[in-house]
Amino acid sequence: MLIPLIVFLVFGLVFGLVLGWTARRFRVESDPVVDQIDALLPQTQCAQCGFPGCRPYAEAIARGEADINQCPPGGEAGIRALADLLGRDPKPLNPENGEEQPRRVAVIDEAACIGCTLCIQACPVDAIVGAAKLMHTVIEDECTGCDLCLPPCPVDCIDMVEPEPAFSDWRRPAPGEATS
Amino acid sequence: MIDESKVVVGEHLHRFPGGLRLRHNKRVACRHAVARPALPTQLAVPMLQQAGPPAEPVVDVGDTVLKGQLIGADPSGLGARVHAPTSGTIVAVDDGPISHVTGQPGMRVVIDTDGRDQWTTLDPVDDWRTEDPATLRAHIDMAGVVGLGGAVFPTFRKVDGAHAAGIHTLIVNGAECEPWIACDEMLMREHPRRVVTGTRVLMRASGADEAVIAIEDQMGAVQSALEQAAAELGDNQVRIVRIPTIYPEGGERQLIQTLTGREVPAGGLPQDLGVLVQNVATVEAARAAIIEGKPMIERHVTVTGDGVAEPRNWLALLGTPVAHLVAASGGYTSAAQRLVIGGPMMGYALGRDDAPLVKAGNCILVLTENNVRPTQPEMPCIRCGECSRVCPARLMPQELQFFIRSGQLDAATDISLEACIECGCCDFVCPSHIPLAEWFRHGKAEARHLARERAFADHSRERHQAREARLAEARAEKEARMARRKEKLGNDAERKRQVARAIERARAAKEKSSTPDTTEKDKGGES
Repeated sequence: MLIPLIVFLVFGLVFGLVLGWTARRFRVESDPVVDQIDALLPQTQCAQCGFPGCRPYAEAIARGEADINQCPPGGEAGIRALADLLGRDPKPLNPENGEEQPRRVAVIDEAACIGCTLCIQACPVDAIVGAAKLMHTVIEDECTGCDLCLPPCPVDCIDMVEPEPAFSDWRRPAPGEATS
Repeated sequence: MIDESKVVVGEHLHRFPGGLRLRHNKRVACRHAVARPALPTQLAVPMLQQAGPPAEPVVDVGDTVLKGQLIGADPSGLGARVHAPTSGTIVAVDDGPISHVTGQPGMRVVIDTDGRDQWTTLDPVDDWRTEDPATLRAHIDMAGVVGLGGAVFPTFRKVDGAHAAGIHTLIVNGAECEPWIACDEMLMREHPRRVVTGTRVLMRASGADEAVIAIEDQMGAVQSALEQAAAELGDNQVRIVRIPTIYPEGGERQLIQTLTGREVPAGGLPQDLGVLVQNVATVEAARAAIIEGKPMIERHVTVTGDGVAEPRNWLALLGTPVAHLVAASGGYTSAAQRLVIGGPMMGYALGRDDAPLVKAGNCILVLTENNVRPTQPEMPCIRCGECSRVCPARLMPQELQFFIRSGQLDAATDISLEACIECGCCDFVCPSHIPLAEWFRHGKAEARHLARERAFADHSRERHQAREARLAEARAEKEARMARRKEKLGNDAERKRQVARAIERARAAKEKSSTPDTTEKDKGGES
C-alpha cells in the first residue's frame, strides 16, 4: 500500500518539477492583444477615432472602452479584420468618426507657404521637411494622409490630393465590375 | 540553395497534374513565310514594356534618333532599357495608349520614321566563345532584352540570378502552348541555326553546362530543323526534346516538371532546381544583342484568328500600331468581334487598335463570335471539383474563388493563391461558367495591395514611434536642464533667502522711486 503511494508521489514530484522548469525555461512571450490590434490599424495616426493615435485606440479597444468601428482609414476591411481577431460581429463604420476615403497625401502650395513650422510639428510621421522661415514640403511616400497638418496652417496652403497610382499599384477590378 | 541531386533534364518525360488538350488552330498562321510589314509612318514606343518600373525617356521632341539608339533609360536597374526601332524624328514624348494589361495610358516616345532605317553604331562582342560571361550578360542588359514568352521579365536579371545560383541546365522554351500563337514555331523553323547558336551563347552567359530545347510533339518540322542545325554547328551539348502538347505545358513550372519530374517550390525559382528557362525568342534576342550588338527593337508576332483575312506571322518593329499589322494581314473580316493581345487563354483584350506592338505582344488575336465562348450567365458553384482536377498548380479553385469573393484575402493566400499561374484551365471546364481565372487575377492584385498597405502601415508605425521617442528624449533633456539649473540655485533654505533678499531689494527700489529725480539712476544701479 505504501509503496505505490510513494512511487506516485515521486512521479508527481518529478513531473511537477520538470513541468515547472520547462514553463519558465521555454516561456513564449505571447503577443499581447494590444499589439495584435495595433497591427491591424492603418497607422495614419489621424485621431479620427477620438484617441490620440492608433496605439491609444488599440489600447482602448483592448480595455473595452472603444468600439471596433471607429477607424475611417481602416474602413470596412479594417473593421472586418478587427472583428475576426476579437471574435465579434463586424458592424458598419460609425459615421461620427468620418467616412472611408481612398488614400490621399498632403501637398503644400510652396509659393504660399510662409515657413511657420506648425505643420511640421503637427505631422505624426515626420513627413514634412522644412525649417523656420524656409519653404516646407511633404515627402509623398511618407505621408499617411491624416489631415493633421491642415488645421494648424495659418495661410491654408495645404491640400489633400489623391496620389497618381503607379502601374505597379494597379488593382484589377473584379469580374463584372467596370474597369476604371 | 541548389538541390545537389542532379537530374538529367529531359531524359525522361513526366506528367504535370491537370492541364487540358485544346484545339490548336496554329497551322492557319503558318502558311506564309515570316516577312516584315511596310515601315509605318509613325512608331509609338511605350516606356513600360517590361515587368518592373517604366523606363525614363532620354530624348526630347525634335531630336533625331538612329535605329537602335537608346530612348528610355533604366535608372533603377529593375526594369529594362528601351531603344528606337528605326531612325527618325521624335515628335512627341507624352501619355498615350501603350497596350498594357491595365488598359491605362502611359508614357511613350513617338517617332516619325524617316524611311532610311539607319542603324546607330553597334557594339557586338568580338568572340562570344572567349568573352567573359559577365560581359555577355552586360550586353543583354544594355540591349533591353526581356522575356518574350509573355511575362516580359528583364532577362539580364533572370540570367544574372541564375548564374549567381550556379545552374546546370538551360531550358529553352519552344513550347508555345496557347492556341493560335505560332511565332516561336516560325522562328525555330526559319532560323534554327540562330536558335541553336543563341542557346550556346546563353549557356555561356548563364554558366549552364548543358541545354535542352523543348518543343511540342506536334512540331515535327522544327525538330529536324533544329537537329540539323545543331549537327552543322558541331554541337553536342544542346538536346532537342519533344514534349506532349497538353496545355499549359509551356508554362515555366509545368515545363520544368515535364522535363525533370520535379516541382519548383511555391515561392521559389527554377534556379532552386538548378535550371534556367528562357523562351526561344528571348534566346534569339540575347544572341542578337551579344553577337550582333543589336538591342531589342523588334519581335516575331502572330496576327491570327478568324477575324483576320490572312492570318500570318510578322517580324515587326516595336511600336508598330496594331491596326497597321492587321491591315498588312488583309484587314479585319466582317465577323471580327474582339481584339486580344496574347492567346485566347491568358491574353488580354485591347480596347483600341491604334495601340502599339510591345515586347509582350506575341500574338494579335482577332476573334469572331464563333471563337468566343458564348457568354452564358454565371451560375452558382456546384462543387463538382472539375477545376481542381485540371489545375496544373494543384490548387483548389472553388475554395479560392469563395474566399476572394467574400473578401477573405488572407484565407485565400493561406491556400496558395499566389501559386496560381492564371492559365485559365479552371475557367474552361467550369460548368457554371464562373470566370475563375479572372477572379484570381483580381484576388492576387488585391492581396498584393493589402500587403503593400500593411507594409506601409508598419513603416508609418515605425516613423511615428521614432518621432515619439525623439520628442520624449527632447522633453527629458529639457527637464534635465531645468533640474540642473535648480541644482545650481542650491537648496530650499538658500533659495528662500535669495527670494527674500530679492523682495527686499525690490521694496527698497520702490520706496526710492517715490522720490522721482533719483529713479533713473537707482534703476540703472540695480540692474
